[in-house]
Amino acid sequence: MKNTTKWLTGAALSLTLAVPANAQVLFWSTQAAPIEETQKMRENVLAGFEGGVDFQPQEVGPFITRLEAELEAGSGQIGLVGALHGDLSTYADSWADLSGLDLSGITVSDAFLELGKLGTSEQKYLPWMQANYVMAANKQALEYLPEGADINALTYDQLVDWAQAMAEGTGSPKFGFPAGPQGLKHRFFQGFLLPSYAGSTVTKFASAEAEAGWTMFQELWQYTNPASTNYAFMQEPLLTGDVWVAFDHIARLADAFNQQPDNFVAFPAPAGPMGRGFMPVLAGIAIPEGAPDMDASMRLAQFMMQPETQVATLLATNFYPTTDAALPTDLPASAQALGPAITAMTSAPDALPALLPVGLGDLGGQFNQVYTDTFERIILGGQPIRAVLDEQAGTLRSLMEQANAPCWLPDAASEGPCPVD
Amino acid sequence: MTPKALPYLLLLPATVFLLVFFVYPFIQIALLAVTGPEGFTLQHVQTMASHWKFNTALGWTILLAAVVVPIQLVMALSMASIVTRLQTGRSAILYIFSIPLGLSDLAAGIVWLAIFEQSGFLNSMLYGLGVVEQPILFLGYQNIWVIFLAVVLAEIWRATAIVMVILVSGMGLIPKEYYEAGEVFGASAWQRFIKITLPMLRPSLQSALILRTLAAFEVFAVVTALGGTTLPVLMGETFQWQFTLQDRNVASAYALVILAISIAATLFFLRVLRVPKGATL
Amino acid sequence: MTATVENNTPKAVETARSAGRFLFIAAVVLICAWVLVPIYLLMVNTLSSPQEVTGFPKTGIPSFDFSSIQFFISFAGVAKALWNSVLVAVLTMILSIGIGAPAGYALSRFDFPGKEAFRMLVVMTRAFPLPLLALPLAVLFIRSGLDDTAIGLAIVHTVLAIPFAVLITFSLFSGIPLELEEAAWTLGCNRWQAFQKVVLPLVLPGIAASAVFAFTISWNEVFAAAVLTIENRTLPAFLVQNLNVSPLHLKFAGGAAMVIPALIFIFAVRKYLFAMWGIANR
Repeated sequence: MKNTTKWLTGAALSLTLAVPANAQVLFWSTQAAPIEETQKMRENVLAGFEGGVDFQPQEVGPFITRLEAELEAGSGQIGLVGALHGDLSTYADSWADLSGLDLSGITVSDAFLELGKLGTSEQKYLPWMQANYVMAANKQALEYLPEGADINALTYDQLVDWAQAMAEGTGSPKFGFPAGPQGLKHRFFQGFLLPSYAGSTVTKFASAEAEAGWTMFQELWQYTNPASTNYAFMQEPLLTGDVWVAFDHIARLADAFNQQPDNFVAFPAPAGPMGRGFMPVLAGIAIPEGAPDMDASMRLAQFMMQPETQVATLLATNFYPTTDAALPTDLPASAQALGPAITAMTSAPDALPALLPVGLGDLGGQFNQVYTDTFERIILGGQPIRAVLDEQAGTLRSLMEQANAPCWLPDAASEGPCPVD
Repeated sequence: MTPKALPYLLLLPATVFLLVFFVYPFIQIALLAVTGPEGFTLQHVQTMASHWKFNTALGWTILLAAVVVPIQLVMALSMASIVTRLQTGRSAILYIFSIPLGLSDLAAGIVWLAIFEQSGFLNSMLYGLGVVEQPILFLGYQNIWVIFLAVVLAEIWRATAIVMVILVSGMGLIPKEYYEAGEVFGASAWQRFIKITLPMLRPSLQSALILRTLAAFEVFAVVTALGGTTLPVLMGETFQWQFTLQDRNVASAYALVILAISIAATLFFLRVLRVPKGATL
Repeated sequence: MTATVENNTPKAVETARSAGRFLFIAAVVLICAWVLVPIYLLMVNTLSSPQEVTGFPKTGIPSFDFSSIQFFISFAGVAKALWNSVLVAVLTMILSIGIGAPAGYALSRFDFPGKEAFRMLVVMTRAFPLPLLALPLAVLFIRSGLDDTAIGLAIVHTVLAIPFAVLITFSLFSGIPLELEEAAWTLGCNRWQAFQKVVLPLVLPGIAASAVFAFTISWNEVFAAAVLTIENRTLPAFLVQNLNVSPLHLKFAGGAAMVIPALIFIFAVRKYLFAMWGIANR
């Protein structure tokens, strides 16, 4: 039969293509996924690694599916995993201990190393790179800045006034916020809005202070471009001019500064009554227990922490080193603009750092969803703030109890699961 | 080989294949929806049904299919009829009509977003014609019906070709003599379409409708591209629970809902467009 | 096909016919525009510079800036990924028709217990979200060695394509009168010969059409491809799955990079697609 012969040829072909032994280390990552960053990671960062690296950034769906399949099957091809703190903490039991790795001559931030233990005594992941969230503005927006406001020491009330002035002056809302499905909105509520207003992320989730924060955000939303619910990367609406002032992750603003360095300014996130809340982004590298070549994986992890690699990673991804690696002077426009904004934010007199969630395990996604749902119900759905906060607080409380997670900064340390008042 | 065994023999490869590569993983996933640490539980189904987005997601999914599929059916029938009546340029026209076959839903989402977004082509055109003074925001979260309309347009654009090609191949099998007889009896083109084409096309209509409706229930990429989470659909919620919230049990419950409405729709089409065994002359 | 054949018809009828003819042509032009304009706009954005892609108002005329598309072509490994994609798609075509067509024939020609159950099984494969099935399948493949092979991915794509293959071939066979086959039997053909000589030539173009479906389904599938191939990445897994988080101009270029080979493929096989019209005039 014709079909059969065809099938056999096809099968034979495929067999010749199936090369089981993979000499390169497979680097499975959720980070550096934008296709240009991928290219730079491969060519500028990982090309120098002896033995070769197959760098494969993934969307979260395939990333999780493949990883879980390999963990379940007990073997696979992934040699190194690169992901955010939250993703890595889901699989804490599956990572090899990295504390034996030789990092002599490199100083890694102690706070980050501690986060990398994921509440155990082993070094589950190594802090790979860090970033932060800042504000960016089109220079045209500056003429609407309310009198007496300094963009480097802005308050949320001034931001509302500013957004109002722009909306009234130009005839269309010019503030933008990454509230799309791929946008990082939940980080704003967890790490910026609530800490700034309530001095807390979890415990005072439903307090009167938190209510005041949401009321402010509701007001700000009136002057926010409604297309915000489609935005994932604020650099795009900033470049098109649909948005003049925006909040986002530095890696998601970088393109605006690189394409039109003279048109944009970067500045710290605003402050609320309790201070200038902000939350860092931390990505880590971990090695699955069943990695095909543990030695090569360890060497690659070590390679990723070297000063030259850390600087090359900054240039490729706009994520900063987690080590004391010295930065070069000829940084791209994005790093030149965004770096000082981060420094101004983290070293401001009213700085109020919020840490990343610890101890939530695989409930991290549902934890984020509490904040996203609160936003969607109050701001988009127009439901009463008090009622929504009370209801979502119940969900948050049961999550904390289920995970048995103690409080983290800015919430005060707790015995047992972090309470939700 | 006995005649009785023949159908089963013909079905054997497909059955074995689907048992291994579909039913086996399917059962593993389906069980997740109704089992917990203590065995059987309806807790996941309850979590899903009581979630504030469940009803809207179910509603939008069904509404989208109910609007898109009939329009596509009419369009595909018109397109297929046009192709059959063409004298010149038939293959060029058929090629153009079938171009969307090769498009992924991802590409379709990108294209239609480029048309509808604030600085997109539609606004550029309106602005260029002086109809608007500044770009209109079409896809804002308050304009949920505009988003719905955009999704409907994109889906019609992307997936009508599939229906058309199935119908075209079905129409090709209708013997020409039927039409000639119809003409002899003075039937108009419209009457011939109603009395000959539609009844003879029943098997193809049935297949096309089933395949298209099932795909419509799984609509996702285009909706996300155009409406973010403003327009929740079942498939989007399934993804959300599986990958963002990492609750595979609830995700599985959502998938079973998609399966259930798909089976309901299939049974409906099987009954309404019943095909007799080996259509007779 | 009657409008132009006779020319000795009365005047009034002729004007009515030419009006109808005009409407008909207008409809053809309109539908062509409906299909082509969005494709054109995709190409415009692909061939524009990043500034033009984000700029406003847009002219709708490409500036033939090839930098975005060049970025993709220069991506290391594109050629291999393209080859893998074609290989997987062809295997999917062969598998889904080889397995699906006999089933479609059985469904159309026989009444037997279990027919409905089988039909439901086929439909279910289309009605259950693949991304959920990907995890148990990946575990199965890793354990059995099918992981990261073209045939392994083709198997998953075949699961997606089989409902098309079965249902379309079912409707094709159903459209062919049983009497034709019976006539062949009375002329001394056995069942297989009758099928081969009478039925097969009639349905071949339709089968080609469902093979085209199988091909495009496989070609555009991203999720399973991303999970189940590492060394042997297909083009979408290689290029497209990270487009969502890439800058706008690259989204368009990536979209176009996927669309163009598919268009070329459909163009290449169009004679099979269109051969079905030879039958209409039999």
